[in-house]
Amino acid sequence: MRTKFFRLSFVLIFVHLFSFGQSEDMARIDGARYIPLYGRDSTVVEVKDFDLDKYPVTNEQYMDFVRKFPEWQKSKAKKIFADGMYLRSWKDDFELNDDAKLNSPVTYVSWFAAKAYCDCMGKRLPTMDEWEYAAMSDETSKDARIKKSYNEKILSWYEAPRSNENQIGQNPKNYWGVSDLHGLVWEWTSDFNSVMLSGESRKDQDGDNNLFCGSASVGATDLMNYAAFMRYAFRGSIKANYAIKNLGFRCAKDIETP
Amino acid sequence: MKKTLFILCSILFIGFTACKNDSSKSSDEAIAYYCPMECEGDKTYDEPGSCPVCKMDLVPIETIKESEKRSDEISDLSIFNIKSTWTNQNGEDLQFEDLKGDVLVTVMIYTSCKAACPRLVADMRNIEERLSKSTKENVKMVLVSIDPITDTPERLKAFAEENVMDKHPWLFLRSSEDNTREFAAVVAVNYMKISPIDFSHSNIITVFNAEGEMVFQQEGLGVNSDATVQNIEKAVASIQ
Repeated sequence: MRTKFFRLSFVLIFVHLFSFGQSEDMARIDGARYIPLYGRDSTVVEVKDFDLDKYPVTNEQYMDFVRKFPEWQKSKAKKIFADGMYLRSWKDDFELNDDAKLNSPVTYVSWFAAKAYCDCMGKRLPTMDEWEYAAMSDETSKDARIKKSYNEKILSWYEAPRSNENQIGQNPKNYWGVSDLHGLVWEWTSDFNSVMLSGESRKDQDGDNNLFCGSASVGATDLMNYAAFMRYAFRGSIKANYAIKNLGFRCAKDIETP
Repeated sequence: MKKTLFILCSILFIGFTACKNDSSKSSDEAIAYYCPMECEGDKTYDEPGSCPVCKMDLVPIETIKESEKRSDEISDLSIFNIKSTWTNQNGEDLQFEDLKGDVLVTVMIYTSCKAACPRLVADMRNIEERLSKSTKENVKMVLVSIDPITDTPERLKAFAEENVMDKHPWLFLRSSEDNTREFAAVVAVNYMKISPIDFSHSNIITVFNAEGEMVFQQEGLGVNSDATVQNIEKAVASIQ
């Protein structure tokens, strides 16, 4: 009798989990106001509460997607939406290269493809401010940007080759329960093209001059600026149809107000 | 319904490109063959073999190019692949595909802009003035708003009237913020909101041919527009 009751309550808990709250593959991020390192000219931005995928989208998940939406198959994607490198680590529409793993993050995907994937899942790409906000936490704190260990870890990853071939979930979860924001692949954001920086200072008309002031600071902030600078500079240098080896994505979702 | 059509079209298209890749092997398809030396002029054969005159192997005639030219098909690189809906200054909804057949010259601006946009608009005007009357008939000068919240169709209309641009070849467009981001992504325009009324944005004027393929981009403010004008004229000349 008692075991039956326990079973029933377990069942109830599961039902509860599935019917309410966020799905188990997303983590709830509590919004706040914060100052991003770059991109907004040191102004405070507000991030509302949102859900974020715990892991980057994997090859396997992306394969399910292209089965349902053939227009995004390797052989069918239009060049305006994905350049010739699209899904380069795949043999064909439904098969990976021999050295690629199903549980590795999908890379060589364009912004258009990433956006379409999230749209089809009823989600969206995270904004740059949301992504940076979720990514500034380490295992124990929401804002770990001033910690030396946090920055050194990120920079050592930036130096590590071929991390895109690793599998998801091998890096520790951060404060929010989200993994792999650092350490695996770089990720698309919905407004990646809001970075006003061409990578060539002559061409930056009204771009963010602060981007080049990082060298004035010292210590941990120096490292922190450098890591963030690399991310912003990278975003500023890519185009939406680029498919790149170490660039994947994950989705976010607004919180539905009941 | 639209989706199935789209999928069908893409499958068809893949069919064509696949042909392109192994055109020498596709012997079972009903295509014509000709002698590469053209010993007998334009004569074609139904079967592969060798030329009765010079004995060279017959070569299949490339039929792909004609199919690509068919007017109802959208090329892989065309902005007509973007299916978002836009509203013009008269409050009418349209898709980029509705503009097919004309050469499009686009720029992204916002009407409350005080710094770069007036100069960008001036650059557009300058380009428009340099086009011949006959060229202009096949050109649309499109100003796309990066601030769709402020730039309502009414606001665009007022801006157009104020600047004496509420007439051919000028066209003002706005859409959702999402669709605007997407269009900006296609034309590689970067922009961000820096205050409630101001945006920072790249100054790029883009020329699309009548098939919606990007053929030229002019970057910067007040730059020499010779190349842009040339490209517009070239694109108009290639419309049959």
